[in-house]
Amino acid sequence: MSDVATTAAGQALGTAASSRADAATTTRIRVRRETAPYASPYLAGVGIGVVLLLAFVLMGRGLGASGAFSSVVAAAVNTAAPSHAAGNVFYTRYLSDGAANPLRDWLVLEIIGVVIGGLASAVLAGRMRWTTERGAGITDRRRLANAFVGGTAMGVGAKLARGCTSGLGLTGGATLSVGSWLFVIAAFVGAYAAAPLLRRAWR
Amino acid sequence: MMAPLYEFGRFGDSASLVVAVLLGIAFGWFLEQGGMGNARKLSGQFYFTDLSVLKLMFSAIVTAMLGLFWLSWAGLLDLSRVYVPETFIAPQIVGGLVFGAGFATGGLCPGTSCVAAATGRKDGLALIVGMLAGVFVFGEAFPAIGHFADSTARGAWTLPQAFGLSYGTVVGGVVAVALGAFAGAEWLERRAERPARPMKVVA
Repeated sequence: MSDVATTAAGQALGTAASSRADAATTTRIRVRRETAPYASPYLAGVGIGVVLLLAFVLMGRGLGASGAFSSVVAAAVNTAAPSHAAGNVFYTRYLSDGAANPLRDWLVLEIIGVVIGGLASAVLAGRMRWTTERGAGITDRRRLANAFVGGTAMGVGAKLARGCTSGLGLTGGATLSVGSWLFVIAAFVGAYAAAPLLRRAWR
Repeated sequence: MMAPLYEFGRFGDSASLVVAVLLGIAFGWFLEQGGMGNARKLSGQFYFTDLSVLKLMFSAIVTAMLGLFWLSWAGLLDLSRVYVPETFIAPQIVGGLVFGAGFATGGLCPGTSCVAAATGRKDGLALIVGMLAGVFVFGEAFPAIGHFADSTARGAWTLPQAFGLSYGTVVGGVVAVALGAFAGAEWLERRAERPARPMKVVA
């Protein structure tokens, strides 16, 4: 029994080695991409829940994402046109007390961490790919345009709602904020209303 | 020792920024592990083929929510010092609808776009650029729409307050809803995997 297992393992290793040798062929890359296994979403979710709880215990605040984008935009506008930024309450909220550098912001550093953590996980799992994720029904250019348009809508929506799936969905969800739960329900309604129009983009 | 540690002066601002990076790394790690850096996997949520988004979000919310509940019940954490995202009823519903439509179009949310971009997905980068553009558009429009964005403010309003129920009852209710959602998600995924049944011809 163990002999069989060892042989099978040896064959698997051999296959892996030979596939690495001619990994340049696109078909092999596609096969590897399709088979790279992700963790159970329940396990990953519990992991994120523990991280969120640690944020509450250590900081008294939760996780977020869209706030980091606001700090970057506010800092950029403040650099390009300081008097324009100073006259707009939206920007001054993120520029806070003048002395503080918005890029020394807690959420900006948290997002830098997200980039590092995501990168480390993908490298170790062999899931790094310089590619465009899309359905077969559209071109790469169309997919990138959709991502840009979707991002723009999310930028507006998240700022109107004062948060996104992280700051309202996770943090507000766990702290039982009424507005957060309203936001999440509205977001899923909006997504399911738009999805049928975009079916081709993902098929 | 009483949590939140930062709120009770156990460490200062510089240390809090290190905490931000470390928590971000763990957040990004679990997002990537759960497949949330891949728009093709994520978008399965909107076509009922892969409900990882729902499973991951609800698992994270329930984990952190139960942690907060038990830590405060044991007297180890002062809940009044934990930040609850503020409620703005109308802008959060409208913002949620816009955000959701953008989510279905872009296939990633603000946090997961950072993971996608970090792992080489060009669509993640395009979505980040779109987010920055959207935040800028919102910032420039703020003098005109700020009145609506700041309307229907309810402060740190929680579900127990809104429903007039105890904290424990609402926590139990959210757990029950999550378990029901998990069962529904598994059923939908099994249904999506099953090959389409040949249609019966009725004479």
